[in-house]
Amino acid sequence: MRNNTTKIIFLLVLAIICILFYGFYDIKGGFDYAFPRRMIKIVAMVITGIAISYSTVVFQTITHNRILTPSVMGLDSMYEVVQTLIYFFAGSMSIWVLNQYLNFGAAISAMVIFAIILYRFLFRTNKYPIYLLLLIGMILGTLLGSFVTFLQVLIDPVEYLSLQSQLFASFTNVKAELLYIAAGILLIAFIYGYTIMSKLDVMSLGREHAMNLGINYDRMVMNILILSSVLIATSTALVGPITFLGLIVANLSYQFLVTYKHSMLILGASLISIIALVGGQFLVEHILELRTTLSVIINFVGGIYFIYLLLKESRSA
Amino acid sequence: MIEIKGLTKRFGKKSVVEDVSVKIKQGTITSFIGPNGAGKSTLLSMVSRLLDADTGEVLLDKNNVKKWKSDEFAKRVSILKQSNYTNVRLTVRELISFGRYPYSRGRLTAEDERLVDQALEYMNLQDIQDQFIDELSGGQRQRAFIAMIIAQDTDYVLLDEPLNNLDMKHSVQIMKILRKLVDDLGKTVVIVLHDINFASVYSDRIVALKDGKLVKDGPTKDIINSESLREIYDMHIPVQVQDGCRICVYFNSHA
Repeated sequence: MRNNTTKIIFLLVLAIICILFYGFYDIKGGFDYAFPRRMIKIVAMVITGIAISYSTVVFQTITHNRILTPSVMGLDSMYEVVQTLIYFFAGSMSIWVLNQYLNFGAAISAMVIFAIILYRFLFRTNKYPIYLLLLIGMILGTLLGSFVTFLQVLIDPVEYLSLQSQLFASFTNVKAELLYIAAGILLIAFIYGYTIMSKLDVMSLGREHAMNLGINYDRMVMNILILSSVLIATSTALVGPITFLGLIVANLSYQFLVTYKHSMLILGASLISIIALVGGQFLVEHILELRTTLSVIINFVGGIYFIYLLLKESRSA
Repeated sequence: MIEIKGLTKRFGKKSVVEDVSVKIKQGTITSFIGPNGAGKSTLLSMVSRLLDADTGEVLLDKNNVKKWKSDEFAKRVSILKQSNYTNVRLTVRELISFGRYPYSRGRLTAEDERLVDQALEYMNLQDIQDQFIDELSGGQRQRAFIAMIIAQDTDYVLLDEPLNNLDMKHSVQIMKILRKLVDDLGKTVVIVLHDINFASVYSDRIVALKDGKLVKDGPTKDIINSESLREIYDMHIPVQVQDGCRICVYFNSHA
């Protein structure tokens, strides 16, 4: 226990160092200009990092696997589908686009419904092997992607440009106006999370053990699915999809902090993703001088790590 | 008291449990026996609320188990199923502490710790209490899960083939512990058993199922005899008395 506290403090210090470096490095001349801009990015990265870690860890607890994440199963493609459908049917000047809250609400509802359907058909029983689930996830992602492309081809080119800016958010192009909603959602998620941490620990034992210990399992699963999709929707709306980040940070957290306690695991994963995002963005901006984007690097590293996990899993199974 | 009334469960068109009614007497060990696919585990799952029945009801203290609040029910009835695989990094002691969850919600009191210690001692696991579950042998892991159920300290303990994976020594040890739970602490144990001789030697009552239907229900001595066993298993099973125990010698039997 004490050991894990030390590890958490180590991660915390590392995260703070990354943030300080990113915030103050090479900030000559226009401090008043550059600093607030950097702060917005930092806040966005912290919120995204926490949202993705939180949602991935709880999703993996209820599905009892450590390889699939909401993103890998195509949940954030659903965000693109909703946005494209809105532009296709309502257009860029409709209330569904102009009102950020409405837009956000539509995206979240669709993702929650998608997550529940996915769970009902795939994860409810343990009968599907992980490779089949993975294939289904990949195919779903491709299907949704093709569907989006198809609609985008039909859309008026001017509309399409506006849609593109909606879809390709990134850390260099944060939607600052969404930060408040995102922070609010995260706060609510934390208050709810506080009440269910020990239930999550019990649920990681499996459905039957959890029910034996007095957990209303099926209802909890629904609540957590909704929580998890809302968090993924939040981070996707803020900075766009980062498919493999959740996978990396959740698994590093399991490996680094050998514990079953979700309060620790989620905290660890959140700190690791802040380090990865802020530290990575620092590398991208100052060392690589913006010749690539952070999501490219994360997906590259994450993809390799993903293959490693798959190979490890197949050997132990 | 647990009362099973007209319980039926179908998977597709096949009924796995059909119109079964049984009363579980308090302060006894009741064994569910029967051939493979007789519906023993399904019946146990319905009694413990893991599975919903299609028709019929299960009453705990005259109230339908579905009406009980989850956390209150978990203080009265515990269940351990057959497969106990977990990929969570847990030590034996941490696992057993989960048995106290219905009472402590994750924050263990001194009383909880005492009951955890007691369960460790009961199952003779003190030496390995700090080892991780996934590093144990199948038998040790099984004993750790049983210790968790003991720590849960419920009036009713339901076990689905707990002797799977266990060698003779540990099987006997566990059956003796269950006997002690009943005789010393007044618990009620319901157990699905494959080894009919363990059922014969340790249980007070036997409930026999076949093709989802109840075929026998009564005190052990009325059921462990060749005629009744033929009805249940469709084979000739000679019964011999050894040191006061009725032993079924079926190994060399002709159908």
